Amino acid sequence: MLSNSQIPEASRRQVLRAAGLIGLAVPGAGLLAGCATTSGAASPAETWAASAGNPLGVDATAPLDVVIFDGGYGDTFCKYDVSLYAKQFPKAKTALNGIQDIESQMQPLFVADTPPDVLDNSGASAIPLATLVADGQLADLAPLLAAPSLDDQSTTVADTLLPGALTAVQFSGKTMALPYVYTAYGFWYSASLFRQNGWTWPTEWSALVALAAEIKAKGLAPFSYGGTTAPDYWLRPLFSLAVKQGGDQAIIDIDNLKSGAWLSEPMVNAAKAVAALASNGSFLAGSSGLSHTQAQTAWVKGQAGIYASGSWIENEMKGITPAGFDMTFGAVPLLDGTNQLPVTALSAAASETYLVPAQAKNLRGGLEYLRTMLSKDAATEFTSLTHAPTIVKGAAAGQSFGSTALASTNAAITAAGANTFTYLYTGWYPTLAKTGKTQIANLLAGRSSAETFLNAMQSAADSVAADSSVAKHHR
Amino acid sequence: MRHGRLRIITLFLAAPLTLYGVLVASPLIQAFYISLTSWTGYTSAKPFAGLANYRRLLHDPAFWQALEHNALLLVAVPAITIVLGLLFASLLNVGARAGSVEGVRFSSLYQKSFFLPHILPVVITAVLWQFLYNPELGLINSLLDAAGLGSLKQTWLGDPQVALWSMAAILVWAGVGFYVILFSAAMQSIPKDLYEAADLDGANRLRTMLSITLPLLRETVQVAYVYLGIGALDAFTLFQVLQPDGGPNNSTNVVAQYLYQSAFDNGQFGYASAIGVVLCLLTLVLTAVTFGVSRRERIEF
Repeated sequence: MLSNSQIPEASRRQVLRAAGLIGLAVPGAGLLAGCATTSGAASPAETWAASAGNPLGVDATAPLDVVIFDGGYGDTFCKYDVSLYAKQFPKAKTALNGIQDIESQMQPLFVADTPPDVLDNSGASAIPLATLVADGQLADLAPLLAAPSLDDQSTTVADTLLPGALTAVQFSGKTMALPYVYTAYGFWYSASLFRQNGWTWPTEWSALVALAAEIKAKGLAPFSYGGTTAPDYWLRPLFSLAVKQGGDQAIIDIDNLKSGAWLSEPMVNAAKAVAALASNGSFLAGSSGLSHTQAQTAWVKGQAGIYASGSWIENEMKGITPAGFDMTFGAVPLLDGTNQLPVTALSAAASETYLVPAQAKNLRGGLEYLRTMLSKDAATEFTSLTHAPTIVKGAAAGQSFGSTALASTNAAITAAGANTFTYLYTGWYPTLAKTGKTQIANLLAGRSSAETFLNAMQSAADSVAADSSVAKHHR
Repeated sequence: MRHGRLRIITLFLAAPLTLYGVLVASPLIQAFYISLTSWTGYTSAKPFAGLANYRRLLHDPAFWQALEHNALLLVAVPAITIVLGLLFASLLNVGARAGSVEGVRFSSLYQKSFFLPHILPVVITAVLWQFLYNPELGLINSLLDAAGLGSLKQTWLGDPQVALWSMAAILVWAGVGFYVILFSAAMQSIPKDLYEAADLDGANRLRTMLSITLPLLRETVQVAYVYLGIGALDAFTLFQVLQPDGGPNNSTNVVAQYLYQSAFDNGQFGYASAIGVVLCLLTLVLTAVTFGVSRRERIEF
């Protein structure tokens, strides 16, 4: 039995020696492991073993691994889609995982070349698409688009989609992802509030300004916006005004980083119109310090009359919107003067992006899963569950499932026809997107004039154009 | 038995040092290596780029602007937090009367309520203050209105002039409680007879605090300053929740946020790692300067 005086005393040197021995060994091993880089696997030349019921030549026994973003739209529709795939390929084992933090959970899989077969790359932590495309990590979806649709063997999948659905995922002419939800962008208001006050949605911008004055006289703020988190929602009305007046070329030039594109006449008029709203005090006081959730709550609670957003807004505010609000879509009105496009032209893009990674083990299965999602059956099921339209033409047969927002969105999509437009630079050039957010916030808060805003954006675009380390895209 | 001692030491040190090596030291070394590459983050290929990232950092106006904001936080937050911490700790421990070693009435209640903000997770604190700072419905502007000080109302998170200071205020609020406890513990080791002697010499409470308490707490204040300094340089979560885009006109962008944006939004992990390495070096410099500058002989009491 050791007494206190006989407890071995360790000299400091001994402790440090022991610590050094262990301490050096472990990080060394870690460093060696970290240095190990795997060379990119060259994909073997694929030959499609196509048959009538299996145009993409899917291996009937290969397992399918699907990872989705379990957010505002939930995962019930995914379970339905997976069951449809399983019905067609009963021998294939299917796995469905719903997560929220796509970036941090999927990054190690991409680095180790073991990504899932289908990935729903959405939500706040989505991986920037441009990075994945630049790294060659995504499969070209051309085989999917050329395959016959599940509903009608004589039409290709590409022909069953709404116009403009795939614009935002084109990189050098190749479709690199499948955005599933068709989103209409514009203004939203409460139809019941407008009915109560005898207001109608205007088709001219000057009439909208007059309406704003009437709303203000009633004690409400005409507009609200989330200055700290989502001022860029107002880029949509800004570009809509410019495109309806000057045609598509106005934003095509901006996307292509053409010199002077931000200073074109339609853009100047659009920016002046938005700046005038700020100087008229048409925005809810303090909007520059609100988050988008706070601004939206203020809007549905009746403190503001109109909110600029996309068609997800009804789903996002479910549970907070009071009954009888009757959320309705209002198209961006036309500026004074001659306009190239009618007021029904729609700023529309598709979101909720589904990817098939290039290194996926069951790549063809992934493409087949997407083909299943694009059938009328799956698309209708999605819309009935989420009240959001898909990119499949005529799916849900125009039903609105009791939602005024969905009914007005469907009406807007039908009225727009082929006149849809969107902008792509935010997906291509993240630094320019960030500058856009900062500068539009300045414009909305009245800190910048229209001129300052446009000049700031033009110089940012010019520096991106001059930066040779940034991959450029063209449309 | 000398060799027996080495074996026992090694045995007990193996587990914690392994954990430390794998989870702390190894990522640091890897981060330094990644900062010498132009890795985009989503492939296994890490092309070597030498010191290109560091050269780019030197000429990047966005980085220097973010660093400026961190510098402002570094000047304000530790100083205010320590002053408030010392003040409250004094009041709670020796503040009842001059020369006493009792705190004011209800000291234990105050101690518990001061510490409460510190145990809240940062995200909860952020959401809480988002409500408080709401320009129309928030508590702060409503109270100012009620007190007739409506002209002092601001758009706390939306005005480039006040946004950074609004964030600094949250950092101070969340931090003071911990330092009250820290300084209280340090004060309790000060012998009581010093205070009685000071009282006999006619010192009031303020004089006692400045001449007796403060010099004896110098080392604790140094440690507190380093922790708060590191907190000011590394500030991230609060800023990312309340001002994810860098604040109105980029006025609250901090270096850690710029690092996050470079990595996850711009797909430039190599550049982000370089920012991280520079931040680490700045923190080491801060620590060295704080402990080096105020080096004086140990006070024995």
